[in-house]
Amino acid sequence: MTVSSTGTPTTRVIGGLALLITGWVVVSAFFITPADSVQGDSVRIMYAHVPTAWIAYLAFVTTAIASGFSVARRHRTLGFDRVAGASAEVGVLFMAMTLITGSLWGRLTWGTFWQWDPRLTTTLFLFVTYVGYLAVRRIDTDPRQRASRSSVIALLAVLEIPLVHFSVVLWRSLHQEASVLNTDGDVRLDGLMLFTLFSGVVAFTLIFVWLVIHRQRLTTLSDLERVVGLDAAITARRAENSAGVTA
Amino acid sequence: MKDLGFILASWLITLGSIGMLAVVTTRQARRLSTRVPDDVKPWV
Amino acid sequence: MNTIVAVAKKDLRIEWRTRTLLARVVPFALLVLVLFAVALDSEALLLRAAAGLVWMAMLFSTMLVVQRAFDIETSDAAMDSLLACTAQPSRVFYGKALSLFVQLFALAAVLVTAAVVLYGASVNGNRVVLLVTVVVTATGGLATVGTLYGAVVANMTGRDSLLPLLALPVLAPLLIAASRATEAAFGSQTIDLANGWAWVGVLVVYAIVFGSAGAAAFSPLTESDS
Repeated sequence: MTVSSTGTPTTRVIGGLALLITGWVVVSAFFITPADSVQGDSVRIMYAHVPTAWIAYLAFVTTAIASGFSVARRHRTLGFDRVAGASAEVGVLFMAMTLITGSLWGRLTWGTFWQWDPRLTTTLFLFVTYVGYLAVRRIDTDPRQRASRSSVIALLAVLEIPLVHFSVVLWRSLHQEASVLNTDGDVRLDGLMLFTLFSGVVAFTLIFVWLVIHRQRLTTLSDLERVVGLDAAITARRAENSAGVTA
Repeated sequence: MKDLGFILASWLITLGSIGMLAVVTTRQARRLSTRVPDDVKPWV
Repeated sequence: MNTIVAVAKKDLRIEWRTRTLLARVVPFALLVLVLFAVALDSEALLLRAAAGLVWMAMLFSTMLVVQRAFDIETSDAAMDSLLACTAQPSRVFYGKALSLFVQLFALAAVLVTAAVVLYGASVNGNRVVLLVTVVVTATGGLATVGTLYGAVVANMTGRDSLLPLLALPVLAPLLIAASRATEAAFGSQTIDLANGWAWVGVLVVYAIVFGSAGAAAFSPLTESDS
């Protein structure tokens, strides 16, 4: 009998907990927490927005660290590379949601979907950088080569992001048009609001872990399938040849 | 509730895309895991 | 040092014989400047945007030049024989970057002249010093990042579309810094000369960071992947 999934008891526990806490966050965000005194009801978007942003950054840090380990091990253990890739995939999705929910919130609070402030601009470049990273991973090649190529890009991204951030900050601070809007969404949060936000971070972290474990195993499967498929093809050819010889 | 459309849209997009990724991942995993023997799967 | 110059000379000689830069890249870059003018359709707006547009055209053209610089190496596995001739791959990196620098510098000179002629940008007095420094430092950054990412994508399938996707976000700080500094050199009202020089500082840091990163990453990148 073959095990027909990438699930294990551990991942089931993580998944169950994630669902449970996400359910609580949704209920609390919509029905229990009060509207904010400054932002009004739009603060309810924040309970989804802040955790996705946090997870996206966590994902990209994970990718960078895993890539570093992969390089240190000279890509002999492909596990690091698979975690790096899975983490970047989840990170790109979460960053996309961060940008979308952020601009919806911005429309309500600032009156515009987008503000060219340093944090937003850096985030956008971060997003595009990892889209490029995933594009490189999609090239059909053997796993070792995929690992060595993508780790270089992941490590260069670590170099790139501080430079982007620094230059964008300098750009906006030297910009002489007066800033019309205060882009800081900082508000005073009461205990329950803070707790809901915190629960959201916990829930999304569990979701992140669940997704990375499964997607990392999925990469393992498709890498293995490559080998199994190749073996099968070779065996078939051999059988063909020997049949030809005997005939 | 004011601006319910924006708030609902944010949550639906967020949870919807996470859910979609989870579904796609598990379906692909089901499909692929039948093609690979158990003894090489590290988690079994 | 000899290796660096030899590699650069080799690349420039190939370039001179085929005249890709002259026949294709320069006309393309000028075309981009003309098309921007048509799209913006306002002389005041053009003058305001001149610096940014020049560097946008430079970024796009860099993609073409880099593509070309690595196509000549990947055909016939020329890179392998090149690396076999020298002990230090970092010198090959600097050589290729130097050749790219020379080509892009010539292109930048053409584009700045075009901005003066077509967009009515003006440079005078001590602003010329700033302008030349900006062009040198920004072109240095373009050359190092271009060589680095050219090497990254050199052996990949579909590299023509991957190069811009990977390199352009990395070039964003350079675009910001070079545009602002050039704006100052063009005598715009929004940025004064001192700020222009501050941006040159950013460009220098940028070129040094990617110059050293590229030299360090070049040998693992060009090891034949197998």
